[in-house]
Amino acid sequence: MARLTRPRRALSTNPLKSSAPLGAAMAYLGIEGAVPLFHGAQGCTAFAMVHMVRHFKEAIPLQTTAMNEVSTILGGAEQIEEAIANIRKRAHPRFIGIASTALTETRGEDVPGELREVLARRRDFGDLKVVYASTPDFEGAMEDGWAAAVTAIVEALVPETDPQQRNTDSRQVNVLPSACVTPAEIEEIDRLIRAFGLTPIFLPDLSTALDGHLAEDWSGRSLGGTRLDDIPAMARSAATFAIGESMQGAARLLGARGGMPVQVFPSLTGLRAVDGFVRALMALAGTADAPPAIRRDRARLQDAMLDAHFQTGGLRYAIAADPDLAYALSSALAGMGAEAVAVVTTSGTNPIVELIPAEEAVLGDLGDLEAGARKAGAGLLIAHAHGRHAAQALGLPLLRAGFPINDRLGAQDICRVGYRGTRAFLFEVANAVLSHPHDAARPEDFGAAPIEPEFEHDRPQTAPH
Amino acid sequence: MSDALKKTVQEAFNEPGCATNRAKSAEARKKGCAKPLTPGAAAGGCAFDGAMITLQPIVDVAHLVHAPLACGGNSWDNRGSASSGSMLYKTGFTTDLTELDIVMGKGEAKLYAAIREIVETHAPPAVFVYATCVTAMIGDDIAAVCKAATEAFGTPAIPVDVPGYAGSKNLGCKLAGEMMYRHVIGTVEPERMTDCDINIIGDYNLNGELWQIKPLLDRLGIRIIGSLSADARYRQVAVMHRARVTMLVCSHALIGLARKMEDSWGIPFFEGSFYGISDTSEALRTMCRMLVERGAAEDLMDRCEALIAEEEAKARAALAPYRPRVEGRRVLLYTGGHKSWSVVSALQELGIEVVGTSVRKATETDKARVIRIMGDETHMYENMAPKDMYATLKAAKADILMSGARSQFVALKARTPWIDVNQEKHEPYAGYMGMVDLVRAIDRSVNNPVWEDVRRPAPWDGPGDAPRPATGLRPAAAPEDPAPGPVNDPKDFEDC
Ligand code: SF4
Repeated sequence: MARLTRPRRALSTNPLKSSAPLGAAMAYLGIEGAVPLFHGAQGCTAFAMVHMVRHFKEAIPLQTTAMNEVSTILGGAEQIEEAIANIRKRAHPRFIGIASTALTETRGEDVPGELREVLARRRDFGDLKVVYASTPDFEGAMEDGWAAAVTAIVEALVPETDPQQRNTDSRQVNVLPSACVTPAEIEEIDRLIRAFGLTPIFLPDLSTALDGHLAEDWSGRSLGGTRLDDIPAMARSAATFAIGESMQGAARLLGARGGMPVQVFPSLTGLRAVDGFVRALMALAGTADAPPAIRRDRARLQDAMLDAHFQTGGLRYAIAADPDLAYALSSALAGMGAEAVAVVTTSGTNPIVELIPAEEAVLGDLGDLEAGARKAGAGLLIAHAHGRHAAQALGLPLLRAGFPINDRLGAQDICRVGYRGTRAFLFEVANAVLSHPHDAARPEDFGAAPIEPEFEHDRPQTAPH
Repeated sequence: MSDALKKTVQEAFNEPGCATNRAKSAEARKKGCAKPLTPGAAAGGCAFDGAMITLQPIVDVAHLVHAPLACGGNSWDNRGSASSGSMLYKTGFTTDLTELDIVMGKGEAKLYAAIREIVETHAPPAVFVYATCVTAMIGDDIAAVCKAATEAFGTPAIPVDVPGYAGSKNLGCKLAGEMMYRHVIGTVEPERMTDCDINIIGDYNLNGELWQIKPLLDRLGIRIIGSLSADARYRQVAVMHRARVTMLVCSHALIGLARKMEDSWGIPFFEGSFYGISDTSEALRTMCRMLVERGAAEDLMDRCEALIAEEEAKARAALAPYRPRVEGRRVLLYTGGHKSWSVVSALQELGIEVVGTSVRKATETDKARVIRIMGDETHMYENMAPKDMYATLKAAKADILMSGARSQFVALKARTPWIDVNQEKHEPYAGYMGMVDLVRAIDRSVNNPVWEDVRRPAPWDGPGDAPRPATGLRPAAAPEDPAPGPVNDPKDFEDC
């Protein structure tokens, strides 16, 4: 169980985390017809946008309030109003999600108050939904921003229901995935839930927004996501499930709004974790059985675990990721006999860090990953794409996980949850180990002297390998 | 089968070096020791396969399989014998006979052309030509083609006339040794000789096992002059007749070769194993004693004892931390030949209980050793069908199966840890340090939490496991939580 340490130093070498506003923007993109809006200066927005474009290989309709020197000093309410008006004209969004940045937070505006006034005044904005989340760059990481955005959406759009008047839909379940859940993973979770005859509402839902599909026209808004009408309807669900400990706050709020039970699944990766989820689904669906497809997936996962344990058993690896992702992957690997010898994470606010199966988790950067992996003699790195520099320096294979993955295609298709996703993940790890070129023994490794030259054939020889 | 081949096989079975054979009547001896294969129940490889296993580790030789694609193609590049030099042995050469070649009788011409191509492009010290079922059946005379090719191209082409249907893999190993005896050994004189030159026969340097041993020999000044065929060069096979002593590692298949070399060149041989600490020491001791008997300096014995003392202490110290992690575990061993006993004693040294061992391909000497080590013969198994093995694993309450890759899935499907101790394995386990590696592998496997997980009942198969210690992270039953519903029972979520 990991103890969180925060190295004291002035310098961060090869940063690991992505900012909280970026996480919020990504969450907003999982809402139907949305345009996320950064309340801050133009550059932050551009960087965040390019970052997401390179990961998802999609146009990202991220907007900015374009704070300048004057508006920063005088206050940004007007900038927000103007930004909303302009976005409406150009993209006709149905939803605008605002995320603050370090700049506006440092100045300390009462944005929610001002926003309320603006919306009251501008009747012409019609039924456009506007949500604001406070996400200063200097606090937390991507998953914190994402969680804050989802909390803000629930706060603004899910009505308080009177438990007495409650009109529960016993087959409907809310699912709040954390920032590390990919579009393909939403799809897999959706399949699992529907297999038990239940209907999920995901908030947000990247599986229709950033799954990389070719749209029919150019919209300038998100390409899909949670339907706006579904958000208030979440109050009627039979239960709320959160995937990832960082979603605990949002889930609790939603549970309170709709007066329903709440369950947080810290991870859906690994046999044990998925079993727990399936048990919850069985309870909710009131069945003692599972459909054949799910049974088969579990049996196949078990077999995969046995096939892969030859590579994962005794494997020493280093991992750097946001807390939820770091926990999900490392807990699954711990069940396979692999040892996390260096753990680096991004946010100190998520209590799941303590449960990461390692001695220590460093709140640090990729420099820490490299140093930790070198010191502990790791055989594999798990990190986002920027981990490749450390991988190169150490001559180790890199398993890409998290955000960004900008040097590979198909980041949205990575699926490591559920029985099927866990199986794929274990194969990924085992294959990364198998493909590592350094495992062939050489006589020198054992201290053996070379064969005497007199026995060597003196004519030139081809060495095809 | 051609008459020449029949005669060769017959001779191979007339093996005075083999204790089993000596115990038989003249009549029984003629029948050979290979039991007839049972259709529908045969599992092992063919004689060609055995010949290939034995000879392919000769690394600078071009191994040419004269056959339709399957024999060479399907077996290509799947053995782990390692080379410290040439990689030519890893190249899969085959004549890839087509139907037309066979019908038109073009096999010999194609073979001749193939040898020429190899010599011209790769200039190897020799080309080994393997006969297979089809080419033997259509009557291709590979010996004649090899002779012609050797004369024409100046590079020895060696016929390995061991078609698959001649018999089992084991017979193939034997015959491969015979081919070396007839065509290669003694054809080259070494540049220099020392009184500590040895042959190692029957080791294949799987994943570098020879290299775990070689440093020990290096330190004693013992030189591996001849090798069949761990990390061997062609010349190391050709000069084998000049060694002072032969160590026979796999005590069964190549005993005939060792004995013939003793008869022809007066090289004494001994059987030994590099599996396990005491076996390794024993092998080194015997080797040194025999070298001294043949004229090596007397002090070799003392240096050997000093080395053994030092290395054993080092290995025991390295093993100590593992003992508590593996002690008392129950192992079922399913391997063959000398490993039946050498691994048993190695494991017992660590408090691992061997609940059974197979004695397939083991000699009477091997079996006697098993009985001596294990107390009686109740735990010796001959061939075991996978189904029986599955049952035995369960009945013996074994914690581990150690075997070759073919039985791997018997263990895995029985949710039992499995350690590869045969030729496809990926880790070398020879010598003192190899023993540490083996125990590390056992520890890694039996103590992997994966076993607990895969034995866990499915959510739909009864109750979940005992609740995990509370994480303290699950939302406490919040006061605003509603009245109990189907999902509100906290027990429902115990295992999440
Ligand atoms: S049995 Fe004959 S045909 Fe089959 S692989 Fe062996 S040599 Fe080739």
